[in-house]
Amino acid sequence: MRDPSDGSVGPAEFDAEQAWDDALMAAALLAVDPKALGGVVVRSGAGPVRDLWLTACRAIFPNSVPFVRMPAQIGPERVLGGLDLAATLRHGRPVHQAGLLSQADGGVVVMPMAERLTAATIALMAAALDQGEVAIERDGISARSKARFGLIAFDESVSEAECISPAIGDRLAFHIDLVAVPLRCAQSRRGPNAATIAAARRLASGFESQSGEEDLIAGLIGASIALGIESLRVPLLALWAARAAAALRGETSIEHDDLQLAARLVLAPRATRFPEMPQDESDGRDQPQDRHEPQGPLQSDSHEHENSDDTSTKRDAAFEDVLLEAAAAALPRDLLAQLAQAASQSPRTSRSNGQSGPARRTRKRGRPIGVGRGELGSGDRLAIVDTLRAAAPWQRLRKAVKSSPIEDAEQAGQRRFSVRPDDFRFRRYAQRSESLNIFVVDASGSTALHRLGEAKGAVELLLADSYVRRDSVALIALRGRQAELVLPPTRALTRAKRSLAGLPGGGGTPLASGIDQAIGLALAARRRDQQPTIIILTDGAANVARDGGTGRRTGEDDALVAGRHVRSFHLSALLIDTGPRPSPFASRLAAEMNGRYFALPMADAKALSNIVKRASADA
Amino acid sequence: MNFPFSAIVGQEEMKRALLMAAVDPTIGGVLVFGDRGTGKSTAVRALAALLPEMEVVEGCRYHCDPADRDRSCSEACSARLGREELKISRISVPVVDLPLGATEDRIIGALDIEKALTLGEKSFEPGLLARANRGFLYIDEVNLLEDHLVDLLLDVAATGENVVEREGLSIRHPARFVLVGSGNPEEGELRPQLLDRFGLSVEVTTPKSIDERIEVIKRRDAFERNAQEFSARFAEDEAGNRQKIEKARAIRSHIMVSDSVLGKAAELCLALGTDGLRGELTLIRAARALAALEGCRELGVLHLQEVAASALRHRLRRDPLEEAGSTARIERALEEVFR
Repeated sequence: MRDPSDGSVGPAEFDAEQAWDDALMAAALLAVDPKALGGVVVRSGAGPVRDLWLTACRAIFPNSVPFVRMPAQIGPERVLGGLDLAATLRHGRPVHQAGLLSQADGGVVVMPMAERLTAATIALMAAALDQGEVAIERDGISARSKARFGLIAFDESVSEAECISPAIGDRLAFHIDLVAVPLRCAQSRRGPNAATIAAARRLASGFESQSGEEDLIAGLIGASIALGIESLRVPLLALWAARAAAALRGETSIEHDDLQLAARLVLAPRATRFPEMPQDESDGRDQPQDRHEPQGPLQSDSHEHENSDDTSTKRDAAFEDVLLEAAAAALPRDLLAQLAQAASQSPRTSRSNGQSGPARRTRKRGRPIGVGRGELGSGDRLAIVDTLRAAAPWQRLRKAVKSSPIEDAEQAGQRRFSVRPDDFRFRRYAQRSESLNIFVVDASGSTALHRLGEAKGAVELLLADSYVRRDSVALIALRGRQAELVLPPTRALTRAKRSLAGLPGGGGTPLASGIDQAIGLALAARRRDQQPTIIILTDGAANVARDGGTGRRTGEDDALVAGRHVRSFHLSALLIDTGPRPSPFASRLAAEMNGRYFALPMADAKALSNIVKRASADA
Repeated sequence: MNFPFSAIVGQEEMKRALLMAAVDPTIGGVLVFGDRGTGKSTAVRALAALLPEMEVVEGCRYHCDPADRDRSCSEACSARLGREELKISRISVPVVDLPLGATEDRIIGALDIEKALTLGEKSFEPGLLARANRGFLYIDEVNLLEDHLVDLLLDVAATGENVVEREGLSIRHPARFVLVGSGNPEEGELRPQLLDRFGLSVEVTTPKSIDERIEVIKRRDAFERNAQEFSARFAEDEAGNRQKIEKARAIRSHIMVSDSVLGKAAELCLALGTDGLRGELTLIRAARALAALEGCRELGVLHLQEVAASALRHRLRRDPLEEAGSTARIERALEEVFR
């Protein structure tokens, strides 16, 4: 590994080079043992750097290995396989068409826009990754087929709210980031070549357990815990990554370097907190403390991070230290900011149901509720197998009826299957009238704690009450300089509780930025055919402007502008004034939003949830 | 090849619940909810290897029980039963996976499309419910199951019979199975009606002790490297567990249950405010299965205490403002009742 202080490149450039080298290394390790390592999550939009990486990746896999591209909007019939309609009709018997996952057996699945996968597809992928096969129970077919593949998932999300599903991320060893890699850098540097990897692949299959392996595993587990990584899959993936790294060096036992690599590529990207460890910070990376105030538990850690000149306290687990150092060095510069966000939404589950999908036709959306009759050309989706089933019993009769000479001649050539309009069956979907309640809660000032507590209570009450109908809630907290999405839209009570517990308050009231975020969520919800309602709880003291500057004047002006946006999008809104006296500004804001205004000085959870319920029933 | 059940580290509550369900199918199945990567589906799939064989009418598509005339299928068995000598064969208890993306026709069964297309014949092709009759039906990510499929399952699970009315078919066949579901609560809640169907519900978390974690990873690693060798290492334990289940099945119905134990069970359910009799019934059945697994002749208060959390935690009425989880509430009630 290169020393960052050799002076030839600046820190930003060095970071980019490091990121690119890591990405190439991740590809190489995956090529050594795709089945064990699961795959790579690549954070990057579409672009030349990503294309270069994918090309490099393709080049180090043997030519015979299939690379299958899988679009995010794919349906289960293509993922798993199903009936081949053309062939079925041609041959007069059901012909099975293999799905993408079984086509990719022994190879790689490439998935752009992986953050947009539907929950159903995510679960299918996760099951296939776990079992190395797919089970098909569809369209009259009952089969199992091998599907051992590595997955390259491109995470093209732009905001934290739509990140890749943790169910997928958890199973893929490497998480790499190409966002900051410039094209020049990517063009100039290469990773391990195909011959090295082919040799490593042969070595990797013959790994025996090595002495001291237990310490090694203990080190990986200790480091994972110190970095705040809960899942047990992660240390296991790190172990396998280290093994692949050893094989890449032409060895069959793991050395320090392999562990460091594994820590950097597997553990570091998943860190949810800074490890508490003695560090000698010589690489000149200073944390950007000026922009974001560290919050909660991070504060002490980062403090320690800055003046940590005592390296004397050595731990027993030597491996753990090696791992932690490697992982900590690889933590990105803006981790503090990222962590602050991650902590607020951890665990990072977004129900990535096409979070930013374009509005699709409602006929094809919603819950499937079975199959029914319909008319061809109405835009409904044809249920092929059910149509065939409907037509099948009548075939003999129909053949007997139409017996003109021309048709006889045709029938002599091949079996004809006759389908009549009456036979057509269509998939039916139920449109959920699902709602999303977005709470924007003022967590500043003296009454913050109380208000926050009531808001939490109301959120939980609403959730407990509505989970039968599958409504969801989200919570944005106003505190400090920026509003913060504390609870992304969810309907899972367990998760909401976990997020809400221990939510601190304090600081200013960035009302404008809170409303902006709420609008973003609401519009995204609309695209998912949800009915959003924005509920703002404040005492009306907007004192932080959009740009983070303080001052009542600009704060209020910005909030009013944001409020007008709410109106322009025709979003339903509700403002609950929790101040001791009704504030004129708050009622003006409500008017700007074209929303309803309630003065509720002693807001309690029950009253709050009742108001919201009534409001969303009217909406 | 599946990871051996006996090689699963820790997760005692989950393992015990699965064993109890194997001993007494009338307990009503197991729901396993918990964190990612805790081996939920591994454990369920591993259970298949421990299940003893059962007698079936040979050639019957629903594996009818030759000894149980009332529940035999109308297709062949009930007509033949008694009239002629039925051939009997032994098969291992089926554990049927209901994979995500399964369609309705494959679950309940449908017109056999191959026969319909090639022969023009109208015949019924049984689905997963038929295959699971007298066995286990496993649904991974059960909270992601589509609603219309949940409705289907609920109906069948309540009646023990699958009624198919589609494509001109009119078929009914027995479909009694132990429902086993697993999922991650962060991905969504379960419909209360479905929740209620599960006899036992267990929560799994990532093991807290480092030693346990190390052991988990060592075993998983060894299994991935050489599954055959690894499974051979646990063959003896597997056989032991299999025997334990068989023995427990044999003695289960002979276990004595005293009135005082029944009283305690009622008291506990009352203290927790669980609705209906189902909770109480499950509690007793589960405790009896546990006693049978331990080889006891009499149901003790300790058995009740041990299974209380699994049998009752999903039956508590939700109180969202209650900070403590349902497990803690049960522990509190246990302390009160068994002081």
